[in-house]
Amino acid sequence: MAQVEDEVGRTALDEEAEPSAAAEIAAPPEILAESLGQYLRAWGRRVAGGESGALPVVLALVIIAVAFEIWTQGLFLSPQNLVNLFIQSMFFMTLGMAEIFVLLLGEIDLSAGYVLAVAAGIAGLLVQKPGPDWPWWLAIITALVCSGVTGAIWGLLVSRLHLPSFVVTLAGLLIMWGVMLVILGNAGVVSISSRILVNQHVLYQIVNGNIPPAAGWVVLAVLSLLFAGLTISRDFGRRRKGLVAPPSGLTVLKIAFFVAAGIAVVAVCNVNRGSSLVVLAGVPWVVPIVLVVLLLWVVLLQRTRFGRYVYAIGGNPDAARRAGIRLATVRTWAFALAGVTAGFSGILYLSWQGGTSTNVNGGQYVLYGVAAAVIGGTSLFGGRGKIAQAVLGGLVIGAIYNGLYLQGVQVQWQLIATGLVLVGAVLVDTLSRRGTLSGSATRI
Amino acid sequence: MTSPVPGQESSAPGAAPAASVSPGAQTLLQLRGVDKHFGAVQALYHVDLDLPAAQVTALCGDNGAGKSVLTRCIAGIHQPDRGEILWKGHPVHIRGPRDAAELGIEVVYQDLALADNLDIVQNMFLGRERVHRGLLNEDSMERAAADTLRNLKVTTVRSIRQPVASLSGGQRQAVAVAKAVMWNSKLVLLDEPTAALGVVQTRMVLDLVRTLRDHGLGVMVISHNLNDVLQVADRIAVLHLGRKVAEGPATDFDLQSVVEYMTTGSSHR
Ligand SMILES: Nc1ncnc2c1ncn2[C@@H]1O[C@H](COP(=O)(O)OP(=O)(O)OP(=O)(O)O)[C@@H](O)[C@H]1O
Ligand SMILES: [Mg+2]
Repeated sequence: MAQVEDEVGRTALDEEAEPSAAAEIAAPPEILAESLGQYLRAWGRRVAGGESGALPVVLALVIIAVAFEIWTQGLFLSPQNLVNLFIQSMFFMTLGMAEIFVLLLGEIDLSAGYVLAVAAGIAGLLVQKPGPDWPWWLAIITALVCSGVTGAIWGLLVSRLHLPSFVVTLAGLLIMWGVMLVILGNAGVVSISSRILVNQHVLYQIVNGNIPPAAGWVVLAVLSLLFAGLTISRDFGRRRKGLVAPPSGLTVLKIAFFVAAGIAVVAVCNVNRGSSLVVLAGVPWVVPIVLVVLLLWVVLLQRTRFGRYVYAIGGNPDAARRAGIRLATVRTWAFALAGVTAGFSGILYLSWQGGTSTNVNGGQYVLYGVAAAVIGGTSLFGGRGKIAQAVLGGLVIGAIYNGLYLQGVQVQWQLIATGLVLVGAVLVDTLSRRGTLSGSATRI
Repeated sequence: MTSPVPGQESSAPGAAPAASVSPGAQTLLQLRGVDKHFGAVQALYHVDLDLPAAQVTALCGDNGAGKSVLTRCIAGIHQPDRGEILWKGHPVHIRGPRDAAELGIEVVYQDLALADNLDIVQNMFLGRERVHRGLLNEDSMERAAADTLRNLKVTTVRSIRQPVASLSGGQRQAVAVAKAVMWNSKLVLLDEPTAALGVVQTRMVLDLVRTLRDHGLGVMVISHNLNDVLQVADRIAVLHLGRKVAEGPATDFDLQSVVEYMTTGSSHR
């Protein structure tokens, strides 16, 4: 009797060996690996298994850059254009961040493009003189609050009345389009390009002003030290306490990557892109500003209860409900934060363009935002994605937008190209999801 | 955060001592005449049930007998239409999972209710995260989760930071059970803990159930596998079409009689 049981036990154990092989693919390599070599091998297996992380995006970016560089005969990678590209990408990045808040829940916000337009309109109108002539910061806060309230309204409709977010925010798109037309009135334009009026000038300088080159290096040094210090104290602290920590080689690699990327950006931005008479150099202010917002949202989503609940709801709403999480509240806040972030990209738009008009194409911008998020690796099906992925996704969209514009490609082809990229990203998302799903099906 | 459960403090002079529980064992939870219907479907019909501490009570019944509904009524997910629930002799209204947790009732659901995209620690602390100055205290949560798994002798997971999606069925079950017992809980309800598990993993879960009982917790197990049930149960209760048709010490039952109760609602022995 005991023998039989033992035999049964052994076969069952053998069966168990299989799921753990699959688990190696599904589990992030940094938590299972003990050395950098192990990490790289585990990572290689994941890429081969369809869970490729950021690699395809980086590859796509390189291909796009090389292709445009050849096509535009060296214009694309010129310092002047690269700075333009950064600025445009910042705009798509923030839109992508806005979408990630709701995509993580498995929802979507189609109104973001016109929420952006309305925010730009509000901030622009509030600093007009003659007119309200509000201080610039109050104009920004007002625009952000209005955007947040708008998002919260969509969130309430979605979470309390259980309306599909697709329809609610599609209606929101139309409503905000109308609101934009109303507030911009008959003139249909508002400009903030006055150099005498301080409040307009500050807004204008957000994107168009530059950090003095020397100061740029100082800022980078400080940021690098901060990043290195935080990463090292976290990873090594966990290691010392005997908790799960990434291999130390990986920690070093992460820091090296951050510093290298920072040096590249500052070096490119510090090249004089004006003329020999009028020097124009330095990192645009918008870069560190977006970094700060990114950091805030990373902390919010990765290190707070709210963030954890967003992921839980996106992964398994039933589990979240049974854990006592107030789903409606979390969903509403996520929509509100998406609204605030869209409003923030509205401020960037206003600054970038030196004003705003009824020509803002919010319908197109929101799709760029969704595309940036999905290209970065955020899933449309909820629960998977990181806010930082909007950075890579935004760069890809920015590069396509910039390159095609530079080449003088007509707008219809820009639309088609962006659409194709979006379809490609969704395809990758769906295929990788199918891959993981069939994987987990064998595991249960 | 959690509102106190109304009625928890009021004493219940009429609460009768449980008939079928051996003297000495404290009765944690009593259901008295609980009805529950969904539209035209009467899922529970006047159910009485006692769940004592330090004993494993098996709840048997065919598909659709109402076992899961009964579990969800205790967990506060459904509100009974009629009847009352007594906790240690006092009537309570369990309005949701938080109320249940406040009393010390934890449920491991049939579908486990784990978020696949979160890791083991994140799942075990879901809804009850430890925070320090507004930020999640991951280190302290990770240590506590590791301790709990060690106490329950769950040693097969490679890293407690791997996403639950990457775990085998038995490991997922172990995580779900560990999640339930982390909270100083007094009564744990397990809905189909061994469904879809292999021989070894089933044995692991049954051992886990015994460990819980030996720690003094009350346990209610739902299972279709009567061999498993008879192995671990101290008491057995049978539901048939929403009615409780039998309840008593496990020694009063054998495989044959349990099957008869489950399928016909009565036994001729
Ligand atoms: N949310 C609900 N809405 C409507 N009817 C429900 C609901 N939940 C359960 N029921 C019904 O109540 C009855 C009892 O269901 P329950 O899930 O409790 O069965 P069970 O004993 O757990 O069965 P199984 O062994 O298959 O899990 C069934 O007829 C079911 O259709
Ligand atoms: Mg059931």
